[in-house]
Amino acid sequence: MNDHAPHADHAHEHPTWKQYKWVALWLTLITVFEVWIYYTPFKETPYYIPLLLVLSATKFAIVVLFYMHLKYDHKLFKALFTGPLIIAVCTLLALFALFSHRAIPQ
Amino acid sequence: MASAVAEVHEHTHYTTTGLDNRKVAIWAFIGSECMLFMSLISTYLIYKGKSIVGPFPHEAWTDPSGHVFKPILNIPVTSQSTFVLLMSSLVMVLALAAVENRGKPGYQGTLLGNSKLWLAATAALGATFLGYQAYEFTSFVHEGLTIHTNLFGSSFFTLTGFHGAHVTAGVLWLLTLLSIDIKRGLTPKDALLVDICALYWHFVDVVWIAIFTLVYLIK
Amino acid sequence: MATTAATPSYEQTGIWSWITTVDHKRIGALYLYTALFFFMFGGLEAGVIRWQLAQPNQHIVSAELYNQLFTMHGTTMIFLAVMPLSAAFFNFLIPLQIGARDVAFPRLNAFSYWVYVLGGTFMTLPIFFNTAPNGGWFGYAPLTTLPFSSGLNIDFWVMGLQILGISSLAAAFNFITTIINMRAPGMTLMRMPVFTWMSFVVQFLLVLAFPVITIALVFLLFDRFFGTNFYEIAAGADPLLWQHLFWVFGHPEVYILILPAFGLVSEILPTFSRKPLFGYNVVVYSGIMIGFLGFGVWAHHMFAVGMGATADTIFALTTMLIGIPTGVKIFNWIATMWGGQIRFTAAMKFAIGLIALFTIGGISGVMHSSPPADLQQTDTYFVVAHFHYVLFGGSIMGIFGGIYFYYPKITGRYMSEVLGTWHFWCTFIAMNLTFFPMHFSGMLGMPRRIYTYDAGQGWDTFNLISSIGTGLLILSTLIFVVNFLKSRKSGEVAPGDAWGAGTLEWTIPSPPPDYNFAEIPFVTSRYPLWDLKHPERTSGIAHSAPDVMTITDAHATPVHEEMGHKTAAELGIPMPFNTVKPLIAAAALVAMFGGLLFMHTNQFAVAMTITIGSASLFVGTLYAWLTSPLE
Ligand code: HEM
Ligand SMILES: [Cu+2]
Repeated sequence: MNDHAPHADHAHEHPTWKQYKWVALWLTLITVFEVWIYYTPFKETPYYIPLLLVLSATKFAIVVLFYMHLKYDHKLFKALFTGPLIIAVCTLLALFALFSHRAIPQ
Repeated sequence: MASAVAEVHEHTHYTTTGLDNRKVAIWAFIGSECMLFMSLISTYLIYKGKSIVGPFPHEAWTDPSGHVFKPILNIPVTSQSTFVLLMSSLVMVLALAAVENRGKPGYQGTLLGNSKLWLAATAALGATFLGYQAYEFTSFVHEGLTIHTNLFGSSFFTLTGFHGAHVTAGVLWLLTLLSIDIKRGLTPKDALLVDICALYWHFVDVVWIAIFTLVYLIK
Repeated sequence: MATTAATPSYEQTGIWSWITTVDHKRIGALYLYTALFFFMFGGLEAGVIRWQLAQPNQHIVSAELYNQLFTMHGTTMIFLAVMPLSAAFFNFLIPLQIGARDVAFPRLNAFSYWVYVLGGTFMTLPIFFNTAPNGGWFGYAPLTTLPFSSGLNIDFWVMGLQILGISSLAAAFNFITTIINMRAPGMTLMRMPVFTWMSFVVQFLLVLAFPVITIALVFLLFDRFFGTNFYEIAAGADPLLWQHLFWVFGHPEVYILILPAFGLVSEILPTFSRKPLFGYNVVVYSGIMIGFLGFGVWAHHMFAVGMGATADTIFALTTMLIGIPTGVKIFNWIATMWGGQIRFTAAMKFAIGLIALFTIGGISGVMHSSPPADLQQTDTYFVVAHFHYVLFGGSIMGIFGGIYFYYPKITGRYMSEVLGTWHFWCTFIAMNLTFFPMHFSGMLGMPRRIYTYDAGQGWDTFNLISSIGTGLLILSTLIFVVNFLKSRKSGEVAPGDAWGAGTLEWTIPSPPPDYNFAEIPFVTSRYPLWDLKHPERTSGIAHSAPDVMTITDAHATPVHEEMGHKTAAELGIPMPFNTVKPLIAAAALVAMFGGLLFMHTNQFAVAMTITIGSASLFVGTLYAWLTSPLE
């Protein structure tokens, strides 16, 4: 009758303490790496910004997937989060583009 | 028909998807918050480099009287506070696991099962983060950057201030949960209360991940 | 069975029961009355505007008051009339259409309503003291920053919108949860009535669009109160920041205004054509498509600011694209009527009126999706004509149709069809008399937002016709008011299934009992009631259980109407407690914003006392609310 099991217990295969530890470790490592390259000459190369964006997007995704257990949760929640996130990111990019190209230079 | 009605009468909290209303609502709320922080972050980025006077985030600035202002962002300090916030997310998941698994082997009477400890730790780490932020704000003001100074000051303080306000609300929420836990003990039935708080908390953390990169690390 | 008493069967009566109610039907009724009041107020403001413009060089109101009038007219119509009128239907109908006993968070629902009333009052009162907002309904900064607008006028607008945003957001989270989670068994998403579907899309638009204006307003508020630089050009600020943020919100907002009306006519047309909606899936998917695309067209409001050819082209294209899913719906409605046995009730007339008038507004809309054309039209009366064809001809016609259609469900009595027909024809003629000439005066160069004009520019006749039309509009609204009030007492008594419609809300008595459904229905198709009464109409659509017994069992109307006489207690249905906490919380919230006003009268201490005091009251009430049981 519907797209779900009635009264699905919240206890899906939740991530465990072991996994949480790893997640925390990875988050820390990535952060340390990010700060480290901030102090290296690599900062001046054109790859610095893309790399940082990829790294922080990774951290973002890890927290959302494991700590917010979106990976294990109902698909409805995935939709409720990713839909708005996509609209937000697209709007941000569009605004950024609109403000960086101006027909009438200031 | 008959069976459906029976089910409805039995569980007053029958829902179509089997999910709790509050959890659906918090995810919708988080989706909405994405747009809120999108607007703040966009404005910060749009105004980046548009300030007419300093101090600036990443560059030194000499004012007309010859006074030199250092680049204002303090990466080492903010890296620490970032780490604190990341760790608060770890203890937050531990708090949730402790409540969910109360009474189960491995949790009963163990450190892992001590939900009060983990809730308190999350709140404490959140408060520490706020302490860092208070320190950061006051030192910026001492160095000559206020919310009035320039576009950077306005957009920086508003963006990070909004985030800080969210952390504050989260700390209050955690303390409320902690007081319930102390008063009557949170049981697996209450896991949802902790779950929705945790979702909010992690989301605030995730926003900080974005802010840390976009505001602090990228020039 | 049709003799069911038409007095509301609410178990409690008296004013206190309304103040503390958490029943979605009562809250819906409160929204309806309040929003109709604001609609008339906004209409009177428009009346003064048109009186002033009826002839050249008139000075009935000053230029300053004129600014306040058009600003408050626009703001009132959008935020205090059309959105809450839609909210009245969300509240009343969504739970009934999906087979639920209430919304997901009944108390939050009451909170939304009280925040709306208090916020609306907060914004409306200043016009009596000549300090109403005067920066236009889109309040462009830097014009609205302190150096250019130093009075309290804009403060009322900023705070007022902030307050109303909270009301809309709270309601939207509530309805999203309700629609996702409170559907009766068998009510799959693709079986939901189209009104519920369009409302669902609207809730997402609200949830995603309002945070953006919230932030834009926060910047403005900070600029005005705390001296930040967001819109301070001298500090390097970009004058387009406000415009972009506002329209990122503003365009989804126009769909927030129109989609509920689309939903209403999608209920009315099938009922009075006596056949299912043509292309249900297409209507639903195009609604979702509009929701998504609606976030990608905002800069068509800014073609005149010099964004550059690339940006103009992209936004022109997306705008033309979004016309497609909108246009598709028009054809769905026409095809629904095609070959149907049409009954021309007042509701049906308004629904058809919407199709005709909205199409005109849609066509002029596509005209200014082309930047070169828009450069001629923007800021002229041509645009005023356009958006009144979609807002009045679309939203208001749809909502009037909805009121005629659902009045029997809400009150248990029909509205007079004779007066309804008069109302329709008067409105239809007057509406065109008022707004059609504006196309011409606009094309002849008459700018919008001017408080008077010189004779001899070719605008005089058109303006006179517009103003005469407005007089007639006011008259026709009076007919409606008379009908609305009179039918309450003396209208013909309506049975549960007042119009021979097919959806769930018509299976229960009119007005519905407190608990809506004595037994939660089991839904097997899109038109459960037609399955029962007119199976031939629904033979073409999908059913999950063609087992007639099941259907009869679930929808035997007499069963429900008999149960309707019993109270919730007799049936053993737990009902939420009444509570006054949402009202207190709402009042505290409004006071919290209102307190800040004293900063501009240099009473810093007073401002902080009120603001911090009410903030604590708000938080305290929230704690008390959350810790007290619902039922
Ligand atoms: C009683 C029928 C109405 C009449 C006679 C009327 C008349 C007008 C006129 C003449 C203006 C232009 C004022 C100016 O630019 O100087 C205007 C503006 C406007 N109207 Fe209406 N209107 C009516 C109903 C509505 C409705 C139902 C809505 C919305 C649902 C609406 C929304 C607006 C908006 C948003 C503006 C723009 C305000 C601004 O420029 O800031 N109006 N109206
Ligand atoms: Cu638009």
